[in-house]
Amino acid sequence: MGLDKYGIAKRIAKELQDGYYVNLGIGIPTLIANYIPEGIQVVLQSENGLLGMGPFPTEEEVDADLINAGKQTVTTLAGSSLFDSAMSFAMIRSGRVDLTVLGAMEVSQDGDIANWKIPGKMVKGMGGAMDLVAGADNIIVAMMHTNRAGHSKLLPSCTLPLTGKACIKKVMTNLGYLEIKEGAFHLLEIAPGVTIDEIRQSTAGKLVVSENVKEMEIDD
Amino acid sequence: MSKIVSDAKAAIEGISDNMTLMLGGFGLCGIPENCIKALVQSGVKGLTCISNNAGVDDFGIGLMLQGKQVKKMISSYVGENAEFERQLLSGELEVDLVPQGTLSERIRATGAGIPAFFTPAGYGTEVQEGKEVREFNGRMYVMEESFNSDFALVKAWKGDTAGNLIFKGTARNFNPMMAMAGKVTIAEVEELVPAGSLDPNFIHVPGIFVNRIFQGVDYEKRIEQRTVQS
Repeated sequence: MGLDKYGIAKRIAKELQDGYYVNLGIGIPTLIANYIPEGIQVVLQSENGLLGMGPFPTEEEVDADLINAGKQTVTTLAGSSLFDSAMSFAMIRSGRVDLTVLGAMEVSQDGDIANWKIPGKMVKGMGGAMDLVAGADNIIVAMMHTNRAGHSKLLPSCTLPLTGKACIKKVMTNLGYLEIKEGAFHLLEIAPGVTIDEIRQSTAGKLVVSENVKEMEIDD
Repeated sequence: MSKIVSDAKAAIEGISDNMTLMLGGFGLCGIPENCIKALVQSGVKGLTCISNNAGVDDFGIGLMLQGKQVKKMISSYVGENAEFERQLLSGELEVDLVPQGTLSERIRATGAGIPAFFTPAGYGTEVQEGKEVREFNGRMYVMEESFNSDFALVKAWKGDTAGNLIFKGTARNFNPMMAMAGKVTIAEVEELVPAGSLDPNFIHVPGIFVNRIFQGVDYEKRIEQRTVQS
């Protein structure tokens, strides 16, 4: 129902602006790099110490000393820079990164996010997620609207341990694009082929639907 | 006094049971492979290891976990290691998970003579529990403290006999701050050159922070996620 993960990535890519420094998390966010609109330049930040991340290397270019935060081999570009982890997170915490896109397990109507820990299961760690959500002003959460069990991931309050409190303002899901403000999810756009009723049924948190909700425009 | 030691075995002299070590690297990128092998051979136990990750089952810090040499890991992400998971669930291993930016800044603070600082990361989460919080300019921050590490083990691309270090690519990551933070810092380098061979303009870590240096051998530089253009 609604968009697939590529569709979510394509729609978020339309939020990119010329000159943006962008940090893309692992999963759906990584796909956004494939859909950067023509005519604009964005600089990808990888928190392990690379600004100006290039595409995956050819076989000949593979360098074990050049990876992204997902531990994949990458390349540099003209204008790239390399630095240590403390400087990388200085960029992040001080708000230099214009847009951060990351996945989540739960988001609350007050802008809380949970994406790092499920108690009782293996705990892998938060990596850089807590620093990213604390430091960035402009964050888009990219995720499916419901989990595998069909339960809403947009909740009145998070049930899982938090990654950050009151820090998320935008959520892009397979069903729609929502803004979080005044203690509610405000539906901005609806994905093609999705009804407002479907979004209501899939949103456990408070949902506000204005009369002029647009249908999402997705390029093929 | 020369900082040069012959090999990893000589470099880790003095590392004994129950010490706290910092080990550089992000994933398997930029890890002190030679020193880790020497630590495994030495059989030293009860270690507290400060390292962003815990290696994989058969490489990096994973090798030390196999030998049950690690008592506690202080890391931001430990997801690639089945033996780690087994030891954690059985209670043999303790883990302290720290946000990555907080971890790198705590290491930097350790080497910079700063006992504590305030960061917004982790406010309102379980990371904040038991820590002082304070408001600055209308925002809430958590106080985080520096570490106390006996030895720091770092890996650089090039080093000189004065202890100056240069890193390559994203293998830099946690290494420069850790080099500053050890009571004793051991640097293993792919190429050790005479003082004067490296341009002072391009030194990443000044030699004052490095106590022992050696040229490593047989670097495997394993890649976790080899990804190429399709």
